[in-house]
Amino acid sequence: MQYLGQVLFLLLLVAGFGFFIKNIKKLIRNIKLGRDIDRSDNPKARMRNMIRVALGQSKMGKRPIPAILHIFVYVGFIIINIEMLEIIIDGLFGTHRVFSFLGVGYDFLIGFFEVLAFLVIFGVVVFWIRRNVIKLKRLNQPEMEGWAKRDANNIIYIETILMCFFLIMNAADGYLQSIGHGHYFQAGSFPISGLISPLFEGMNPDTVALIERFCWWGHIIGVMLFMNYLYYSKHLHIFLAFPNTYYANLKPQGEFNNLESVKKEVALMMDPNADPFAAPAEPVGEPEKFGAQDVMDLNWVQLMNAYSCTECGRCTSSCPQNTTGKKLSPRKIMMSTRDRLEDVSKILDANAGQFVDDGKTLLNDYITPEELWACNTCNACVEECPIDISPLSIIMDMRRYLVMEQSAAPVELNNMMQNIENNAAPWQYNQMDRLNWKDEN
Amino acid sequence: MSQNIVVPTMAEMMSRGETPEVLFWVGCSGSFDDRAKKITKAFVKLLNKANVSFAVLGTEEGCTGDPAKRAGNEFAFQMQAMMNIQVLDGYEVKKIVTACPHCFNTLKNEYPDLGGKYEVVHHTEFLKSLLDQGKLSIEGGQFKGKRITFHDPCYLGRANKVYEAPRQLIEKLDAELVEMKRSRANGFCCGAGGAQLFKEPEHGDKEVHVERTEEALGTQPEIIAAGCPFCNTMLTDGVKFKEKESEVKVMDVAELIANAEDL
Repeated sequence: MQYLGQVLFLLLLVAGFGFFIKNIKKLIRNIKLGRDIDRSDNPKARMRNMIRVALGQSKMGKRPIPAILHIFVYVGFIIINIEMLEIIIDGLFGTHRVFSFLGVGYDFLIGFFEVLAFLVIFGVVVFWIRRNVIKLKRLNQPEMEGWAKRDANNIIYIETILMCFFLIMNAADGYLQSIGHGHYFQAGSFPISGLISPLFEGMNPDTVALIERFCWWGHIIGVMLFMNYLYYSKHLHIFLAFPNTYYANLKPQGEFNNLESVKKEVALMMDPNADPFAAPAEPVGEPEKFGAQDVMDLNWVQLMNAYSCTECGRCTSSCPQNTTGKKLSPRKIMMSTRDRLEDVSKILDANAGQFVDDGKTLLNDYITPEELWACNTCNACVEECPIDISPLSIIMDMRRYLVMEQSAAPVELNNMMQNIENNAAPWQYNQMDRLNWKDEN
Repeated sequence: MSQNIVVPTMAEMMSRGETPEVLFWVGCSGSFDDRAKKITKAFVKLLNKANVSFAVLGTEEGCTGDPAKRAGNEFAFQMQAMMNIQVLDGYEVKKIVTACPHCFNTLKNEYPDLGGKYEVVHHTEFLKSLLDQGKLSIEGGQFKGKRITFHDPCYLGRANKVYEAPRQLIEKLDAELVEMKRSRANGFCCGAGGAQLFKEPEHGDKEVHVERTEEALGTQPEIIAAGCPFCNTMLTDGVKFKEKESEVKVMDVAELIANAEDL
């Protein structure tokens, strides 16, 4: 009987991590649906970027209030995970506060965790108020209705409950220590939960011990559930922010890639020795699409971007088109990309890993041409993203598909492009008149 | 204003066996747009004054392909790029200066991968270096104490991190440089980029250039300075829309300096 708790705990861990790993595998499979892109260059600069932007939160500082609150939650999350290690050892071996041999160091650690836990609660409560009471514009735009809003609140509730379990557990433990009940020996310091402990006075010590156990189990079960909730939520950034910043584009923001597939064609057109009557080479496989119609046409970094997005909306709130009331929202571009990728994932799951056409594509069914054509390519969204996501690169790849595969540009743009092709200027001016300005008054 | 400007072409220089230090890439706006042509001339006057050995391609220049590329037409872009690279390499061009941030960005960042490798500078950077070298000086005081706000062109600022050169030039005018809230890396687009200049905007509450002009006017400027012919067009339209054209002028940084010099 005394091993029952340990066995249950082991089962919980196996189930929790098992399911988590299953979803991580799915995540990797889905990201790999994207086209290849080489981001293996310059590992030192990439590492520096990751340390600065993801670990160091360097891009958060632009907006100081959420930056400070986020630091509370972020540091709290990382540091309190040390406590998780103790919980796991205690759970598996039936010990109680196994790290308490650290003595004063342990007291300091527990006290520190408690302060962090309090700051986490403070942070998420303010986050909740900003979302639901103050209703900040960037957190309440059209794409945030429904699941996105519930998801954001769910995360806040789970984090609050987890921290409450942690603090009440300590409060009960501290109280039981003070009355010398059972195996509750003196260990740890309780600067925050000590304020709750007096509530237990006069209560049956066994009931208090039960509360302590309930919170202990509640905490670890909650952590397991939260870990497995991540895949379904916008909260994956806690892991993906790191690879996302490591594999980010390090080139100047103004530099858009030159499509390799087009390079080949242009080289052929420009080659004076090319034989225009030569029989075309036997095509090998399906010809490569120009630009992106669906998620499989995007590259894996763009797909990882979609999973990493926390839907904070800094991009959208800095977008010149969105702030003047147009439909384009860079955040929605990322959310739609992920929605489509998840739908593709479900198709793969249902068909033994094979994609079966469902009559839908990212273009039109998830992202409309109206959104794509509004973009100024000004890079405000890219500059703003705290984890270096590029909604712009997706917009550009989809524009390329619209223009080069479907000839579906707005008519004025078609005129502009024709002018460039005919007379080397976006307007109908003769190239021979290019220097006329010299002699005009 | 004196009208005698000297604009040698690469072809003329080559026929004389000369090689200019720098090629002035005029761009389509600078060649054809009436407003932008004034910027082109102002910049040429400064080049003449500083005795810079330069040339233009003239009728051999063609669009860099930037608007086609931003619209998604990679074919049109790469065709333009390859043709321009052939011309530039034919003249063995090493250094290019341009008054258009879109040409600047494309030539600097997107041509190297296609084989066109040149040192490319924006005209504000070039003018700054002329001042630093003592080849150009600003004495005229007509902008002294005037409130001037500078609008960061996206393809100069965020895209290439050139924020200081235009500001340092404005400060040399002894003018009072006032910043908009959204400036430098947080700069707000004029509404022209991404080939938007060539099409009608999508349905919304407001036009981007009006939003930006309102922000600029909020600094109570006498002059809104720009460093891009497209931004210039958009902001000029915005000022007209707000019926402020009699009080506020939109000018390129090169025009400010040329005017200060009374060229």
